[in-house]
Amino acid sequence: MGLYREARYRTAGDRAVVAQFGDEIGLEVNHRVRAMAQEIESGRLEGVTETLPSYSVLYVFYDPLKVSYGQVLEGLRGIEGRLEQVVLSPPRVFIIPTLYGGEMGPDLEDVASHAGLGVEEVVSIHSSVDYHVYFTGFTPGFLFLGGMSSRIATPRLENPRTRVPAGSVGIAGNQTGVYPIQSPGGWRLIGRTPVRLYDPARPEPVLIRAGDKVRFRPMSDQEYQEISRRVKSGEYIMETLTEGGEVS
Amino acid sequence: MTGLRVVHPGALTTVQDLGRYGYQGMGLSPSGVLDDYSFRMGNIVLGNDPRSAAVEMVLWAPTLEVTVKTAVALVGGEVRAFINGEEAPMWEALVVEPGDLIEVKEFKTGFASYICVAGGVAVPPVLGSRSTDILGMMGGLEGGLVKKDSVLPVGTPLVPLREMAGRRLGPAYIPDFSGEATVRVIMGPQDDYFTDNGIQTLLTTPYTVSMKSDRMGLRLEGEVIEHGKGADIFSEGITVGAIQVPKNGLPIVLLAGRQTVGGYTKIAVVASVDIHRAAQRRPGDTLRFSATGVDEARGLLLEREALFQKGSALLE
Repeated sequence: MGLYREARYRTAGDRAVVAQFGDEIGLEVNHRVRAMAQEIESGRLEGVTETLPSYSVLYVFYDPLKVSYGQVLEGLRGIEGRLEQVVLSPPRVFIIPTLYGGEMGPDLEDVASHAGLGVEEVVSIHSSVDYHVYFTGFTPGFLFLGGMSSRIATPRLENPRTRVPAGSVGIAGNQTGVYPIQSPGGWRLIGRTPVRLYDPARPEPVLIRAGDKVRFRPMSDQEYQEISRRVKSGEYIMETLTEGGEVS
Repeated sequence: MTGLRVVHPGALTTVQDLGRYGYQGMGLSPSGVLDDYSFRMGNIVLGNDPRSAAVEMVLWAPTLEVTVKTAVALVGGEVRAFINGEEAPMWEALVVEPGDLIEVKEFKTGFASYICVAGGVAVPPVLGSRSTDILGMMGGLEGGLVKKDSVLPVGTPLVPLREMAGRRLGPAYIPDFSGEATVRVIMGPQDDYFTDNGIQTLLTTPYTVSMKSDRMGLRLEGEVIEHGKGADIFSEGITVGAIQVPKNGLPIVLLAGRQTVGGYTKIAVVASVDIHRAAQRRPGDTLRFSATGVDEARGLLLEREALFQKGSALLE
């Protein structure tokens, strides 16, 4: 269990190699996944077209017209030997201003009663952690976050909603996250952010990446309206800070 | 704006090219054509760049009105199409004039067909591709399906229109997408999650394409594939052609419109050279799988690419 001594490589068809670094969801394993991705990106491994990180696995896509599976494998094994020395680029911490409860978070009271806590305690626990972004995907910009306190873990809804508004912040089991686009969903909704995590009209449609951190900051209804307005007019810039630092 | 005006959109008509790569790590699906073989051949017929975009239609017939003189080629699954009421041949360049009506009336075989156009459908590229990403609301016509009265701009032909007449793909290269197909697969990445019996089931029994299939994937019905170590894994990447087997044991072949990650075990992946043949099975058709190796699959793909490189030499 845990981190493998050596990565395990498998085929995923004739245009992707799967490199697995462990068999658990954990920071050490995910660190290795991202270190491999960073080394490939910086060294531009021959024939590799892109990488896709997840919890413990890195998908390495290649062009089979240029290189064989064996050649990619050889390149990856060469990189693997130096992964322990790789210094990952420092995480950016993104602040997601969130209006908790009420219309925006219709399940906040259910989460509180499930946890045996007051609504304010739930908000305080949820917003007191810097969540690690393991990876993004599924839908564009969807964040797979780690680090939520098990004190506020709540099972999914028995009947998922057919329409969850974009920006909804939710809890499912011990996971938490934000719906970047409107979609169906069964997470318990505790709040909403007006910030657009995914915007196809932006030059950079997805801002937050694997390895970054995310912090939810409670805000008032008035501030929600104000930020909403700035997001719509394109004036809003996401607040970031360097780890352990002050909001910029 | 001139080009092709949409009179009737059909049900799942989109602008597609070979796909948007480099953004899967952010959750953006590559999208792109379901049938890359027909698409590439259509562009060869018109003398286009291989990356020129085309109109993809899935099992439901659009009608387009031509508003600029250009040339089109109908390729992919066999359709009955008419230009100004006259039946139009497939796999050949057809010069069209403003006011001409292109009506696709019947899908006889296959799942997807294409209207390729000289110079390509010239919607602006987004992140390097003109493909419509329906989930990501990006590319094509404002990120969505082709709608009534939308106009598809067309590019400048690379081959002069007066030389288009008679450009026709050699009959040896015209695929037949009717009925049953056997496609080659590379086992993995999670074949170890299945029993030997489960792997045998995949490789020996026929599967029928379900009505619930779309651009994301072909849902298959047939014998249940037996898991040995459970059906769920931590969410990880998905490649085109991946055969996911959820808990119910019925496989799903993921196609161009797939999501970027998923948490179901994948028993095998269809070889790139055969993905278009899998994607062209329509609801009710039969699909069978046979195993091949990753190097064999690459050899076949290199051969096919060498064929595409012959370009105009493939024309009759």
